[in-house]
Amino acid sequence: MNPVTTPIYLITGTSKGIGEALANYYLQQGVIVVGCSRSHSNIEHESYYHHSVDVTDEQSVKHLFTWVRKTFGRLDVLINNAGIAAMNHAILTPASSVERILQTNVLASFICCREAAKIMKKKAFGRIVNFSTVAVPLNLEGEAAYAASKSGVETLTRVLAREFAEFNITVNAVGPTPIQTELIKNVGDDKINALLARQTLKRMGTFDDVINVVNFFVDEKSDFISAQVVYLGGV
Amino acid sequence: MSMRETLLSIIEQSFEELNDTREPGNLLSFHPEVALYGANSSLDSVDLVNLLLAIEERIEDELDISFTIANEKALSQKNSPFKTVKSLCDYLQIELAK
Repeated sequence: MNPVTTPIYLITGTSKGIGEALANYYLQQGVIVVGCSRSHSNIEHESYYHHSVDVTDEQSVKHLFTWVRKTFGRLDVLINNAGIAAMNHAILTPASSVERILQTNVLASFICCREAAKIMKKKAFGRIVNFSTVAVPLNLEGEAAYAASKSGVETLTRVLAREFAEFNITVNAVGPTPIQTELIKNVGDDKINALLARQTLKRMGTFDDVINVVNFFVDEKSDFISAQVVYLGGV
Repeated sequence: MSMRETLLSIIEQSFEELNDTREPGNLLSFHPEVALYGANSSLDSVDLVNLLLAIEERIEDELDISFTIANEKALSQKNSPFKTVKSLCDYLQIELAK
C-alpha cells in the first residue's frame, strides 16, 4: 500500500449502517479510508484509520482534516454520510430536536466540505458526495425537520459545486430510499410500506444501491458531473 | 524572531507560493501596503482564498496550533483585516495572542 499513490477517502459516520458498508467496500477496493464517528468502529483493516469525532464540533473536525493533510498530504474523496433523523409530527417536535438535526446534517456537512476543499484544491482534484434523502422530493409528513435539513444539504451541494468547480472538485449528493438501518428502526411497517408505495421502484434500498451511485460520483471519469442529486427508487 | 516578524515571513512565503502559480509577467510584489482586495489589488477572489488558506496552513504548521483564519469577527469588521498585508498582519497578531 503506497500512501503516495493510493486514493485517500474520508467517510463520516462509519461506525454503523451505510457509512460502515461504504468504508468496508472501499477498503476492499484498495483505497485508504479515514473514518469517523462519535463512537468507536468495529472495522479492522490495515488501511483503515478511525477517529472519534463529533462532526458538529468545528474544532474537532478541523483537527481530523489537519491530521489527514499532515499524514497523507492529500484527500481524494469525502463522503459526508453522517446524519441523524427524527420522525415526529411537527407539532410534537421540540426545537432542540430540530437544532440537533440541522447541526448534524447541515452544519457538519458544511464544515467537512469546507475543510476537505482546502486539502483537495492543492492537488486540483476532489470528489465530494453528500447525503440527501427521498424525503425531500416526497415532502414526507412527519419528517419536516429531517427533510428540511436535507433540502439544506442539497442546496449546499449545488452552491459548493459552483464554488469548488475552479479547484476541479465535484460536489454531488445521493438521496437514498429507506434502507434497513438504525436510522429507521423505530418507524412502523405501515409507514415504511406507505413510503415504498410512493416510489417508482417499490422496494427497500440496499447498501449496494447507495454504493453504486457513490461509485459513479467518485469515479475519475465523472469530472463533468457536479451539482447533481440522484434519488434511488425512481423518486 | 518576534511574532510580527514570523507572521510577515509566513505571509511573504504564502505570496511566493501564490506567485508559483502565476505567469512571470503577473507576479505579486510583497510589501506592507499591498492591497489584498479591491480596485487597487492584483488579486482576484480565488487568489485571495488561496493566499489566506496558504497563510492559515503555514501558521498551523510552523506554530503547531489549530487556527482558522476567517472567523466571524474578521468577516463582520467594518474595516476588513484582509485589506492589506499590514492590516492582515495586525489582525493575525491579535488573534494569535488570544
